[in-house]
Amino acid sequence: MNRLKGEFSKSLLTFLVMKGIRMVSLLFAICLVSFILVKSSPIDPIQAYVGADMMRVSPEQRENIAEYWGLDKPAIEQFFHWGSAVAGGDLGTSMIFRQPVADIIHERFFSSLALMSTAWVLSGIFGFAMGVVAAMKKDTWVDQFIKWYCYTLASTPTFWMGLLLLMIFAVWLGWFPVGMGVPVGVIAEDVTIGDRVLHLILPALTLSIIGVANIALHTRQKLIDVLASDYVLFAKARGERGFILFWRHGLRNIALPAVTLQFASFSELFGGAILAEQVFSYPGLGEATVEAGLRGDVPLLLGLVLFSALFVFAGNLIADLIYRVIDPRMKGAKSV
Amino acid sequence: MPILEVQDLSVSFVQYTKGLRQKKVQAITSLDITMHEGEILAVVGSSGSGKSLLAHAILGILPSNARVSGTINYSGDELTPVRQASLRGREIALVPQSVNYLDPLMSVGAQVRTSVHNDNPVEVQKKIFERYHLDPDLDKKYPFQLSGGMARRTLVSMAMVSGAKLIIADEPTPGLDSIVIKEALSNFRELADHGCAVMMITHDLGSALQIADKIAIFYAGTTVEVAPVKDFFGRGEKLRHPYTKALWRALPQNEFVPIPGSQPLPNTLPSGCLFEPRCETATRECSLKQPKIQEIRGGMVRCIHAT
Repeated sequence: MNRLKGEFSKSLLTFLVMKGIRMVSLLFAICLVSFILVKSSPIDPIQAYVGADMMRVSPEQRENIAEYWGLDKPAIEQFFHWGSAVAGGDLGTSMIFRQPVADIIHERFFSSLALMSTAWVLSGIFGFAMGVVAAMKKDTWVDQFIKWYCYTLASTPTFWMGLLLLMIFAVWLGWFPVGMGVPVGVIAEDVTIGDRVLHLILPALTLSIIGVANIALHTRQKLIDVLASDYVLFAKARGERGFILFWRHGLRNIALPAVTLQFASFSELFGGAILAEQVFSYPGLGEATVEAGLRGDVPLLLGLVLFSALFVFAGNLIADLIYRVIDPRMKGAKSV
Repeated sequence: MPILEVQDLSVSFVQYTKGLRQKKVQAITSLDITMHEGEILAVVGSSGSGKSLLAHAILGILPSNARVSGTINYSGDELTPVRQASLRGREIALVPQSVNYLDPLMSVGAQVRTSVHNDNPVEVQKKIFERYHLDPDLDKKYPFQLSGGMARRTLVSMAMVSGAKLIIADEPTPGLDSIVIKEALSNFRELADHGCAVMMITHDLGSALQIADKIAIFYAGTTVEVAPVKDFFGRGEKLRHPYTKALWRALPQNEFVPIPGSQPLPNTLPSGCLFEPRCETATRECSLKQPKIQEIRGGMVRCIHAT
């Protein structure tokens, strides 16, 4: 048994090293591609930096700034200059916020985290439950209803759902604030947790409602496959049915794909958050991304691209790790 | 009193072809079978002859698009869907074909324990592992870690611990080496000697003859003959149906002559005797209507020319 454990941790180590190499190469590729994209975009970094005062900047001053930033050097040298700074942890300074990019990402990430994790947990739980009910009651009206609901939502754009909720609950009923992360006209120290939660509800609801569809449809299909399997047929032949059958064999076999799906959905979560935050003017990472893109804030944009890549990579890594820890077939694969 | 009596059983499937047009596929046609306690009945037929469906029909686990007609009696009373649901796993047990029928993510021991209904599962499982020479470590192992022989013994042990009186073994021998086959067959003989009725579904007439008491020959979803094992000898003169004779002569240890043609598909069944298109002794009468099953010399046969 100790030998088995030893081999397991050894294979885990190889796994982590491989993942590490993959992450570094992924980040390098992303850096390179986004750098090339930004370089070939029509954004003029000096104009973006100076902004409306551009008229008052003389060509000499422009050249000075360009020289100061190294913009007169070849692109490849610029890339390595920026790349080595990023590798050292310096993401540069945001032009629109006049703050270090790392600080902005840090601050924005935590307000986004509240939004995304609420949506993530809610859509995970409700989506899974709906998928299970639909599959267990396949072809009944319950299943038809859940399927209809999911197909409708799966084809609903996030921003549209956000606007709809905003109109109903914030404008007509007036239950929730129209937008932003905190009340307008209140000093930061006076903002209570209750205020923050109240501002969080509508965007989180938007993301959850949309996220449910995907999870429910996947869970439903997976459980239908499991229920059609030989081992479920044999379990039925042994007299199992209904909830016992689901608990013993259904849940066990759909839990793994469900967990994987849940962590792999980080990318969709992030993409959805961008739209939802924009609709609700919620001060999260998504809103910062849109701002940085529209106003040509290159350092912030590149920082966000790298951060979101890391975020999605982390989600997939967690999914892979959980698979290895939970699935007995993966655990024992090397040792038998 | 027979423990199981299947009379005139038919199973068909409704399938949707283009759009809403329905198509009926006849998988089992007027099938008859009788089983007694302490008896092993081997159901022999080539693949696609409806053997596994018979097992699923008895257990009541056919897919929802299956239509069943005819009667199945268990211990003298009709086996209704409600009765099937309360008897399966307790009175009637299935020994499935392969390790794929075990839950891949549940430990082997736990799965054996779920089959125990009226005793202490942990102790019963320990005892049965000992009896079938299964390593106690296997308790914590998962199905993918089992060898073919271990999987077979595990599946048989699950039927054993259920305390069932009727055991249906679906293809218990393919893909196993001869030692394991011998062991599996002796397990079934042992079960029958303890008073169980065992239905062994197989395509292997050779191994069926080794342990069974009676052989039921399946062809295109029906029983063409039920014969006691002692009738299988020589050139098959004692056998009643031309298909059984041909099957017997096709065995390697006999004449090794194959039958020309192939079994009709469920949706292209002939209107008369199902074997008529391939039968050497067929007459015009054979193609008119399907013959009824009749008793001849202590066996059953579905052929108007049988003597």
